[in-house]
Amino acid sequence: MALDVQDFEFIRNFLLKRSAIVLDDEKRYLVETRLQPLAQSEGLANVRELVTKMQKTPVNGLHQKVVEAMTTHETTFFRDINPFNALRKSVLPELITARSSTQSLRIWCMACSTGQEPFSVAMLIREYFPQLQNWKISILATDLSMQVLKRAREGVFSQHEMNRGLPSTLMLKYFQRNGMNWQVNEDIRRMIVFQQLNLIEPWPLMPLSDVVFLRNVLIYFDVTTKKSILANVRRIMRPDGTLFLGGSENALAVDDSFKRLEIEQSSVYRLR
Amino acid sequence: MQILIVDDSTAMRKILRRIVETLGFKVVEAGHGIEAMQQLGSFPTTEVALVDWNMPEMNGLDFVKAVRANPLYEQTKLVMVTSETDPTKMARAMMAGADEFLMKPFTAEMLLDKLHLIGLTMPRVC
Repeated sequence: MALDVQDFEFIRNFLLKRSAIVLDDEKRYLVETRLQPLAQSEGLANVRELVTKMQKTPVNGLHQKVVEAMTTHETTFFRDINPFNALRKSVLPELITARSSTQSLRIWCMACSTGQEPFSVAMLIREYFPQLQNWKISILATDLSMQVLKRAREGVFSQHEMNRGLPSTLMLKYFQRNGMNWQVNEDIRRMIVFQQLNLIEPWPLMPLSDVVFLRNVLIYFDVTTKKSILANVRRIMRPDGTLFLGGSENALAVDDSFKRLEIEQSSVYRLR
Repeated sequence: MQILIVDDSTAMRKILRRIVETLGFKVVEAGHGIEAMQQLGSFPTTEVALVDWNMPEMNGLDFVKAVRANPLYEQTKLVMVTSETDPTKMARAMMAGADEFLMKPFTAEMLLDKLHLIGLTMPRVC
């Protein structure tokens, strides 16, 4: 049964309020495609029945499952490669000099999905910066979805995921084959702390970060939400910290306290 | 820019040809390692060879060794496109001089990722 306008409006308003995801009119098909499997797994005939159940029950696990089903989790290892070249060739070497007295670095991957981004950062540090072996390196990886965080903590990836963006030398060095899947070695997994965080809700008190990855996230939000998230990012970034956004995202249009630099064909942002 | 496709399956060669031709590469094909060496002899400036592992006559690993033994092909990048996923065997191929692995089954996007990883500049942006 096709989703009617009222049900689409309900889902649209719910997602806007709960996770600030903006769905335009053309996205009705997306709601149906993503929520039909959830409806079936809940023993319901269609999305209409799912909406009715959501309306009749207080906010609970079902509502969270709807948010998770509607969230885009697309990610790959070393996605778009240039930001990782910038991190390796410029951002980290500068930070190593700047933090030589404290020997401590904090990196935060926001909206980390199934973990390919923080694992890429961890492998990059292990591979190219042996001098950081005795430093205190903290990689925090957060996401809204408990489901993807569970997968990220396990660090298990399908062959399909391993084929995307991961150099074979790193695959052979930092992964173990586990049946049809591959698992990240424990020493890399131990470098990362995974935590749930909804970027549009109040953020807990966090130590200041040297590097923040917030890539391909802001595109899903309206301007007010973008401003609020970037204001929070500003508060948790060290004055000389670096922010990475997605290739099609731009902090300057939203928050003028950031300046943009081009490093290794990648736009990075620092506080003015 | 030229790519050599080495696979004993005509269907797989066809799939790979279709993808890389879309990217703007010229393609030559070989059904096994010996034929591939002959093709390389005729086209020594081939940028990349996409190489299956299990083939008659000369297999992928032996082809990699033969290519790396000849300084004339020093610049040729070798990507193994194979259903071989035993890490020990893969490591052997990398030690022998393979630059990357693409595990079958794969998509056009994955092949493109691998070509980027070996530093290939696409003749045409698709």
